[in-house]
Amino acid sequence: MVSASVTPESELLLLQQLRAGDEAAFTALIERHQTALVRVAQLYVHSYAAAEEVVQETWIAVLRGLDRFEGRSTLKTWLFAIAVNRAKTRGQRDERTIPFSALESASDDAPAVDPDRFYPPGHEDEGWWSIHPTDWNSVPEERFLSGEVQALVRETIATLPPNQRAVITLRDLEGWESDEVCTLLNLTAGNQRVLLHRARARVQQALEAYLNDGDEAS
Amino acid sequence: MNCRELVELVTAYFDDALSPEERAAFEYHLTECDGCVIYVEQMRRTVLTVERLTAGQMGRATRERLLSAFREWRGDQR
Repeated sequence: MVSASVTPESELLLLQQLRAGDEAAFTALIERHQTALVRVAQLYVHSYAAAEEVVQETWIAVLRGLDRFEGRSTLKTWLFAIAVNRAKTRGQRDERTIPFSALESASDDAPAVDPDRFYPPGHEDEGWWSIHPTDWNSVPEERFLSGEVQALVRETIATLPPNQRAVITLRDLEGWESDEVCTLLNLTAGNQRVLLHRARARVQQALEAYLNDGDEAS
Repeated sequence: MNCRELVELVTAYFDDALSPEERAAFEYHLTECDGCVIYVEQMRRTVLTVERLTAGQMGRATRERLLSAFREWRGDQR
C-alpha cells in the first residue's frame, strides 16, 4: 500500500508541470495511480485488457482536459472519476455489465462471524464465544508474509462481491480515506463501512481456515 | 454488549466511528473477554496482511505506451 499525502501546493505544482509538458511529472503521476486505476476499472469491465485500455483512454482524456481542469476536486478524484465513467461505458458496450446498483449498495448480510461460534439464544451466555478464536500471536510473522498467504488473500478478495471488493481494494490496498471512497463509489459512510467490514471478515475467515488447517496437519 | 454484537463493530472501532457510548461498551467488553481481544487482534492482523499485499508493478510496455501517448499529446500542444 502506498499512501502518498499530496498537498494542495504539490498538486498545483504537478498540474503546472504537466501543462508545461514535463515528462517526469507525468511519469510520477502514472507511477502513483496506474495500478489503482486498473483495479478500479476492473470492477466494471470483465477483462484485464479492457481495464488497461480504459485506463489508457483515461490518461489521454486527462491530458486533453488539463486546461479545463479547475481544481474544484483533487486531481486524483478527477482522474478516478473519469476512469470510472469510462469503465462503466465500456462495460455497457461490452454488454457484460455489473449492474451499477450492485456496486452502490450494501449487499450480502452475512455476519462477520458464523453464529455457531456463539452461544445461542436461550443459553445463559447467549452471544458469547462458545468456540473461541485462536491466538495468532503464536503464528510466526513470516507466515503472514508468505507467498501462500498472499495468494490466499488475493484470491479471497478477487471472489468478493464487487461492492465489497471495491471498498477493500481502495481502503486497504490503496490506502484511500473513507470520504474519498464514498465520493468515488457514491456510498454513504455507513454503507461503505459495512462493505469494508464484510470484506475484511471474509479475508479473516479465509486466513483462520488456512491457519487452522495448518495446525491440524502438523 | 456481547461478543456477537462486538464482532460486528470492529471495523467501526478501527475507523474511530463508534459513538462514545458504543466505544465505552466495546472497550469495557474487551476487559472481560479474552475471546474478543483475540478476535480484534485477528482483524488487525488481517488488515495488515491485506495492506501489505504487494501491488503489481506497471509493466514496461504499459509505461512506454503511456509515455508515447504523452509525447504525442505534447507534440500536438506545440
